[in-house]
Amino acid sequence: MIKLEHVSKFFGPEKKAVDDISFEVKEGETLVLLGTSGCGKTTTLRMINRLLEADSGQIFINGQEIQGLPGEILRRNIGYVLQNTGLFPHYTVSDNIGLVPSLLQWDKERIHNRVITLMDKLHLPAAYATAYPQQLSGGQQQRVGLARALAADPPVLLMDEPFGALDPLTRISVRKEFKSLDEISHRTIILVTHDVEEAFELGHRICLMNEGRIQQLGTPAELIFHPVNDFVRSFLDPQRLQLELKSLRIKDLWQWLPPATKAADGQLTAASTCWNALEAITHEPVTVVYEQEQKMIDGNGLMEAIAAYKN
Amino acid sequence: MESTETLFDFIQQQAGKLLEQTLTHTGLTFISVLLAVAIGVPAGILISRKKRLAAPVLGFAGVMQTIPSIALLGFMIPLLGIGPKPAIVALFLYALLPIVRNTYTGIRGVDPNVTEAATGMGMSRRQMLLKVQLPLAMPVILAGIRTATVINVGVATLAAYIAAGGLGEFIFGGIALNNTNMMLAGAIPAALLALLFDWLLSLLQHINIRKARKTLYALPVAFLLLSSFYLLPNTYSGKMLAGFTPEFMGRKDGDLGLKSVYGLHIRTLVISDMIMYKAAYEKKLDVISGSSTDGRVKAFDLVVLEDDKHIFPPYYAAPIVREETLQKYPELEPALNLLVGTINDSIMTELNYRVDYLKQNPEKVAKDFLVAKQLWKPAGKGDKGSIRIGSKIFGDGYILAAMYKMLIEGHTGLTAVTKTGLGGTKIVFDALVNDQIDMYPEYTGTGLLVLLQAPQQVTDSIISDSRKVYDYVSAAFAKQYHIKWLQPIGFNNTYALMMRRTAAQELHIKTISDFTKYVNQQ
Ligand SMILES: Nc1ncnc2c1ncn2[C@@H]1O[C@H](COP(=O)(O)OP(=O)(O)O)[C@@H](O)[C@H]1O
Ligand SMILES: [Mg+2]
Repeated sequence: MIKLEHVSKFFGPEKKAVDDISFEVKEGETLVLLGTSGCGKTTTLRMINRLLEADSGQIFINGQEIQGLPGEILRRNIGYVLQNTGLFPHYTVSDNIGLVPSLLQWDKERIHNRVITLMDKLHLPAAYATAYPQQLSGGQQQRVGLARALAADPPVLLMDEPFGALDPLTRISVRKEFKSLDEISHRTIILVTHDVEEAFELGHRICLMNEGRIQQLGTPAELIFHPVNDFVRSFLDPQRLQLELKSLRIKDLWQWLPPATKAADGQLTAASTCWNALEAITHEPVTVVYEQEQKMIDGNGLMEAIAAYKN
Repeated sequence: MESTETLFDFIQQQAGKLLEQTLTHTGLTFISVLLAVAIGVPAGILISRKKRLAAPVLGFAGVMQTIPSIALLGFMIPLLGIGPKPAIVALFLYALLPIVRNTYTGIRGVDPNVTEAATGMGMSRRQMLLKVQLPLAMPVILAGIRTATVINVGVATLAAYIAAGGLGEFIFGGIALNNTNMMLAGAIPAALLALLFDWLLSLLQHINIRKARKTLYALPVAFLLLSSFYLLPNTYSGKMLAGFTPEFMGRKDGDLGLKSVYGLHIRTLVISDMIMYKAAYEKKLDVISGSSTDGRVKAFDLVVLEDDKHIFPPYYAAPIVREETLQKYPELEPALNLLVGTINDSIMTELNYRVDYLKQNPEKVAKDFLVAKQLWKPAGKGDKGSIRIGSKIFGDGYILAAMYKMLIEGHTGLTAVTKTGLGGTKIVFDALVNDQIDMYPEYTGTGLLVLLQAPQQVTDSIISDSRKVYDYVSAAFAKQYHIKWLQPIGFNNTYALMMRRTAAQELHIKTISDFTKYVNQQ
């Protein structure tokens, strides 16, 4: 769906903001660009919707070189969520959300319906339609920003630290809500963050960057269990346990789990992460069914299985 | 001596003229602001995009702003002549800076996150400008327009100097004629206009732009409407165009006399005497209200039309001195009287010509003259006291003041300081009365009509006899102000209608009656 080939961007002769980056994002996949601030994530993202022009390399969307498209047309078909929302202070919430459809000259009725639908899905009270962004809380503004990006139903969504401006608690709840949205499940998403936990929670794959270069690109489990270099390892070390639990799924440990003694209760599935499993078994063990087999999960069994997996 | 006419009476009598001037004033202000918006806003937008242009463009507009208004108007005359065109261009240049600067600042001040989002959503530059940058910069731009409007209401008063009309006609006429009511009748409405426009535009600035887009669209319409006021007046027609000074316009021995005694009704512009002669020479005006000894009469080859019905009273120049000063320094009066009988009309015109036109230094001209008349002596010790000599800003004042200084310093033990350029009659006379100067050269006619404002019967009975006028003003000044009129010098700097020599010859016009006949048969 989206393909970058040897893309570089320089600011001045010395400053390599992005240095020879290549990756591919499949349709419906969420790729997270992860790295400390200043490592070139935003620059990479902005080259994809041509807010910046790459100095070398090629970028394809749906097999088409984006250089060949007029920037405005390209951008109207790519959803873009900015870190600081960038909502128009002089537009109402509904005008903000309906912006891209109106640029695409949808008729009023259709825009209106789309705005109502999105506000409902994103839990924005309908009364806010005529309010101005400044009147909303940070979390609500972020949702309006997301709704604006989704309004014209673009197949591709670029998100630059979309939850970065929120306080930690709001961030966690907005993130949860975001994951469960049907509006985003089928889209191809590139999401930028410097928050490791967020990357592991939201990314199908993670692209860890440093100083403009890709350090490792892979699934969360690949990164945490098979880091390709010291940078990756030390980058993830501080939250290692939590990340391991979040990236390992029950089915990954299946062969090391003991058989069940009682009937399954459907609390967990084989796709659940170990993190979810730990939350579920705080009071008593839980039975999981996978490929016609029943296995029991309790604290000890889970820990032993993880240890076995790592060896 | 009666001056019980109140401001209210004056406004009532001159209501038509006041309305016309107010409309003209409003029109001048808004045409120029409208032009400045039409040029300044796009210029501001341009420099917000092309940063390299910002410094030169803002610099240019800034320099325009620092040129004194009267000088800027003066610069316009060689380029655009007189009348509304140069006035509007000058006002336009004044209005430019606040508008360009505020447009630029307003647009640069838009949150970069918002413009980034606008581009990111797929807006074109044009859409971004119209839907994002301009609406968000609008309060700042409106503040600029507001500043420009208020500045221009003020500067537009000066338009009266170059025949563009407006409330300046009353203001400068009032100053020149020592007529407070006239001055206030111009100044008060000008101040009220400034306050009114400022208030209206402040309302506009603070309304919610999002909710009041319609009001914004109405703005250009309102501006156009107000601008069109400028086109309303001007009802006279005819081939001949007169240019009279604000002072002349309001005088019994000026325009009023021409109308009542000669029956002359001519399309008239009000204009500063500084540019009037040149405008006549350049055929921008056909007849002007000059003063008979002005050097420019000679310089620009004009002829004085004979005042065959004697409406212009005698204007014999004589020094007027505070009696206190004369008593304190008895040697002063004889020194001043040395000049009596040495200067006639044509000599004065010649002296003025050398100063005004050949740009010779008034002190040099004065000294050359005194030397030629063998009246010049090197300055004495000057330790006996000091005499302060005043003069009006125009005409003979500078030269006479310089001569008196030399005479005093050469023939008495006193020193003298000149305070030239004290403005019009009112200002310099007030300075004398209030003991800020000791003496200045004044004209008998001005004393009678402007300073004393003698009753009509008195004026009528003595006006054609220069001796009687002198006696009357001498007596009245001594009694009322303790100011003494010394002997007249000899020349008569009277008002005069004048036209280009060639035109006068061609049309066989010698007298004001000839001229009136010619104008009225058109
Ligand atoms: N317009 C620019 N001009 C010069 N340097 C820039 C510009 N934009 C970004 N950079 C530099 O490029 C590097 C990468 O920036 P960015 O992509 O914004 O990092 P990130 O989003 O990962 O924090 C940084 O060192 C930044 O200072
Ligand atoms: Mg960034």
